[in-house]
Amino acid sequence: MKGLMKGIAVCAVAVLPAAVSAALGDYAPVTDARLKNPEAGNWLQYRGNYAGWGYSPLSQITDKNVGKLQLAWAFATGQKEGHQSPPIVNNGYMFVTTPGAQVIALEAKTGKELWRYKKELPGEMLQLHPTNRGVALYGDRVYVATVDAHLVALDAKTGKELWVKQVGDWKALQYITLAPLAAKGKIMVGSSGGETGVRGYVAAFDAQTGEEAWRTYTTAAPGEPGGDTWPGETYKNGGGSIWITGTYDPDTNLAYWGTGNPAPWPTEGRKGDNLYTGSTITLDVDTGALKSYFQYNPNDAWDWDEVSAPLLIDTEVKGKKVKTAVHAGRNGFLWVLDRDGQKLNFVDAYPYVNNNTIKSIDPKTGRPTYIEERRPGMGKGNVHFCPSLWGGKDWTPEAYNPKTGLFYIPANNNLCAELPEPEPTKYKKGDLYIGYPIEAILTGLRWESGKKDAPKTMGEIQAWDLKTGKQVWAHKFPTFNWGPLLTTGGNLVFGGGTNDRMFRAFNATTGKLLWEAATPSGVTGVPTSFEVDGEQYIAVQSGWGVDAQRMQGGVDNLVGYQTVVPQGGTVMVYKLAK
Amino acid sequence: MEEKVACGCAAPAPVNTERRKIFKIAAVGLAAGMGLQGRSAHALETVPEALRHATGDLLVEEDAEGEPAPLKVADLRVGKPLLAFPYHPESKLVRSETRLNKVVLLRFKEEDLDAETKALSAGGVLAFSAICTHMGCDIKTFMTSEKVFACFCHASKFRPLERGSVAGGPAPRPLPVLPLKLDGDTLVIAGPFATPPGFTAQA
Repeated sequence: MKGLMKGIAVCAVAVLPAAVSAALGDYAPVTDARLKNPEAGNWLQYRGNYAGWGYSPLSQITDKNVGKLQLAWAFATGQKEGHQSPPIVNNGYMFVTTPGAQVIALEAKTGKELWRYKKELPGEMLQLHPTNRGVALYGDRVYVATVDAHLVALDAKTGKELWVKQVGDWKALQYITLAPLAAKGKIMVGSSGGETGVRGYVAAFDAQTGEEAWRTYTTAAPGEPGGDTWPGETYKNGGGSIWITGTYDPDTNLAYWGTGNPAPWPTEGRKGDNLYTGSTITLDVDTGALKSYFQYNPNDAWDWDEVSAPLLIDTEVKGKKVKTAVHAGRNGFLWVLDRDGQKLNFVDAYPYVNNNTIKSIDPKTGRPTYIEERRPGMGKGNVHFCPSLWGGKDWTPEAYNPKTGLFYIPANNNLCAELPEPEPTKYKKGDLYIGYPIEAILTGLRWESGKKDAPKTMGEIQAWDLKTGKQVWAHKFPTFNWGPLLTTGGNLVFGGGTNDRMFRAFNATTGKLLWEAATPSGVTGVPTSFEVDGEQYIAVQSGWGVDAQRMQGGVDNLVGYQTVVPQGGTVMVYKLAK
Repeated sequence: MEEKVACGCAAPAPVNTERRKIFKIAAVGLAAGMGLQGRSAHALETVPEALRHATGDLLVEEDAEGEPAPLKVADLRVGKPLLAFPYHPESKLVRSETRLNKVVLLRFKEEDLDAETKALSAGGVLAFSAICTHMGCDIKTFMTSEKVFACFCHASKFRPLERGSVAGGPAPRPLPVLPLKLDGDTLVIAGPFATPPGFTAQA
């Protein structure tokens, strides 16, 4: 029993260097004012700003000189699986997270390790998505949410653990993959688990004490608005999980969150719209009150989570100034909503990848009408539909560049899926809650209907002009694309995402490929840009895994051979050659 | 490098509290509710002995309710996997407190088994840890075309006819095999897992 005592000590260890580098200045506390108006040289949060743009105004590296980009330093994280988090930088301090609930603080200029924190994970837990999408910075603290559904506050300078709060129950397969959202003294997170029968929620915690301030569920209970869109008690395990950091409009104090698919996948047991799954919801940051919503996929049957939060962009749309919320949907449509006023109102939607499932979209309300034979279900046999389960775009974030006025989408086109007859399913805590034979899901990826051979291209980076609703350019890849995007003031778009390990730069106006470099693994990390001592850097994590790896398995199943993409995480940081 | 303990992990109270809870569970034989927590807990050695599987244990279907009924060869159909937990034949304690005890059973025609595999089987039935050695998901799908177990989470594949060897996907090591024997037509655990069950932690 001695071993037991040792084994159950709940513990985490931070390894500290003997001395902090003399080159680093004092840590600059991250305030609401700084998050609202971030300095060009820093990357203070998941997408750089509250609006979710993935845009750095830095313009030292440009479309003219990006060919001279070279590695400044690289750093091995020591972990396998999907490395998706952005290198977040404040005043020369860089913070990355990795799979395995790890935070590493580095000197942004040199890659020197400052400290490392690793939360020990329960050995019994299972990880459907072994990844982490980054930290939140607030005050002089670093916040990380972990795959065992905890929220941890760390001292930004030392990595010392200040508090740990349980957010959800990992035994019920609630888990967290997102970077927290920090605003107005609160740290907000949400639970993943659309395939494990969670009831999705966003929860806010006091940044100082860790005390829970509010929790808002994403499936409506009876008596609540939308409660009549679920039969019986199906809302209790109805999904609507939260995977990705919300965006935030400080002027209205509303946070915008994307919600996941309803559970289980077959619709027979949950007739109705299943609010607020497959939606964007807005929550008051002070109270958590749900203020408005827009549902992209009422009564979803295709696993089309709409998890990435919309980008908040004030722009012109067809000659009219609109405060928009823009989202490239998993369902293959680019959605433009009007966020001015009390409601999220539909403006327009444009198909950006092949979709054979949505017949039409109501021009007034934005509600889609489905082609019923494309909806998998009882008595339908094998149903083929496009886009695939992973959609036109999964979690990978889009980007918006205010200088080009273009909206960039990392898309997957020409990929479809097939689902067979549902199988009986019953919610059981700690188990998958899907409703289709697992073998069928693992082998469910398909080319377009009737096509025997692989399409010439699958992955794309697309640029859209929101003013006209037209696609301006598209760069197409022979393989799929799982690469989050960064755009910069130097007229550039950066992204990886292909299985050839490349990280690339494109002309943001024309889409021309300007620079590429192979990395140790595949790049599914969120790229960022920052400046130290007057030099601009581009940073990204290389580290293939999770759904990119799953999609590769699906493609390999179709082509009949195995594609090997090496695993292992590396922080890659680039700058211009002198 | 100075290694510094940065949390209150040495604080004795929570550890003892949890330990007491575990003993209590072991004593009364409750199967659900509480859990083991902690670092390095993927090693089955960190589970109290009373909650671990043991040689001589019988097997009961994972979701069975009431007093456990022992699984027999005839309860399994060829090619159809079944999840089960060990239980003590006398106390009837079902050792489902930890997922690490979960077993996936699969029946083959005896003539399909080579000598080494046959020695681990009982009446054509093979037992493996049901916990994927990659990220810990339940293994409960058998792909008859490829004769492999497949994991839903990340598509790791294991060969039951080759002592659980990895046939594909990210799993870094075989699925641990659990030797079985027969008592009449009842399946009985004949020894420990060949290798530790559970996901393979990275340093």
